[in-house]
Amino acid sequence: MTAVIEVNNLTKRFGKLTAVDDVSFTVEENTIHGLLGRNGAGKTTLMQLLTGQDFATSGSIRVFGESPVENARVLGNVCFIKESQKYPEDFTATHVFRSAPWFFPDWDADYARRLIADFRLPVGRRIKKLSRGQLSSIGVIVGLASRAPLTFFDEPYLGLDAVARQIFYDRLLEDYSEHPRTVILSTHLIDEVSDLLETELVIDEGRVIIDADAESVRGSATTVAGKRSDVDAFAVGREVLHRDAIGGIATVTVARLSEMERAAAIRNGLELSPVSLQQLIVQKTQAPRQEFEQSA
Amino acid sequence: MDDSRPIFLQIAEKIENDILSGSLAEETQVPSTNEFAAFYRINPATAGKGVNLLVEAGILYKKRGIGMFVTDGSRARLVAQRREQFQDEYLRPLVAEAAKLGISQGQLADMIREEKSA
Repeated sequence: MTAVIEVNNLTKRFGKLTAVDDVSFTVEENTIHGLLGRNGAGKTTLMQLLTGQDFATSGSIRVFGESPVENARVLGNVCFIKESQKYPEDFTATHVFRSAPWFFPDWDADYARRLIADFRLPVGRRIKKLSRGQLSSIGVIVGLASRAPLTFFDEPYLGLDAVARQIFYDRLLEDYSEHPRTVILSTHLIDEVSDLLETELVIDEGRVIIDADAESVRGSATTVAGKRSDVDAFAVGREVLHRDAIGGIATVTVARLSEMERAAAIRNGLELSPVSLQQLIVQKTQAPRQEFEQSA
Repeated sequence: MDDSRPIFLQIAEKIENDILSGSLAEETQVPSTNEFAAFYRINPATAGKGVNLLVEAGILYKKRGIGMFVTDGSRARLVAQRREQFQDEYLRPLVAEAAKLGISQGQLADMIREEKSA
C-alpha cells in the first residue's frame, strides 16, 4: 500500500485558537476515507492545509510524497469540493462544467452529462437563480467527473434531498469501483455514509480521537442496559464511554466486549445493543455531563 | 447492515444464505465484488473481504479472468456447519428461556409441534 497523504505533528493556529492540534495520520491510496467530527472540530482547516490553501503553523504534510503548497504537480491531481463554493452569479452550471477540464486532466465530459441528468440540474439557469441543493449538485458532479486521484468532498450535500444524496452515494461507489482513487469524505451525516467508508478519521477540537479502519470501529462499543446495580457491577474496571440512569434502570456504553463477556452479560439479565458509528462519535465528542458522575 | 458485526462477515453470511436457499446454485457464477458493493451500498474493499473469506473456506472458487463460482458440494458443507451453530445460537437460548418461564421439556416439544402445524 502506498500512502497518498502523510501528516506528521501538524498544528495550525489562528491567533489564540488552535484549529488543528498536533495531528498525525496517513491515508492509503485508493481508499474511501471518512473525515468526521463536530462543527468547528477542524475538518475544513485540515483539508485546506492538505490542499495547500493555507500554511501550517508547524508540522509536515506530504501529498503524493511532496508538500502541496504552490505545487502544481500535487494540486493537478487533487480536487477539493467545498461546502460553500462560490461561483460568479451570472455564470451558469454549463460554464462551470466547461472550465472544469482546464483544472482536471482526467475530466470525463460524458460522465458529467449523465450525472447532470441524474441530478436533474438545470445547466442553463444562472447561478443566482439556483437553489442551495442545485448548487451542491454542481459540486458533487465536478467532484465525481473530475476523477482526480485525490478527491476531497467537504460536506458536499448542503440542501441536497434524500434522493439526490442516495444518487451521490451510488454513483460514488460505482465510479470508485471502475476508477479507483482516493476519496476523503467529510460529513455530519455519519450513519448515511458509514458503510461506504474503508477507514475513518474522527477529530474533535483539532485532535484525532479515532483513526482506524471502519470494520474495527464497528462493534468497538456496546450499550449495556439493565438493573442499575447489575449494570454498575458490570461496568467496574471497564472504560465507560457514556452512562445514563433513570430510576432503577441504567445504561452504559463500554468498549469492545469479547464473546465470553457478552455471554456473561446476557446470563446476568443485561441487554446488549450495538452502538452505531454516529452514536459512538456523539458519545466520544460531547462534554461529559456532571450530573451522571454524581448519580453514579 | 447490522451495526454490531463487521460488514464483511455479514456479506459472507448473505452469500452463504443464498447458497443454502438454492438461489445461488453450485457451479454457477456469483456477482462480482463491485456488484455486491453497489447492491448492498458498501465499500468494495469490504465486499471483497467477505467474498475472500468464502474463497479461503473453499465455498467459492476463482476462475481466472472470469469470476467467482460456487464450489460443488458447498451447500452440504454449509448445512453441516449451520447445524452445529443451530445448537449454540437457537437451541440453547430457547431451552434457557423456556426454563426461566417454567415451560417443561414436554410442553416445549408440544409447542414446537403446534408451531410447525400452524
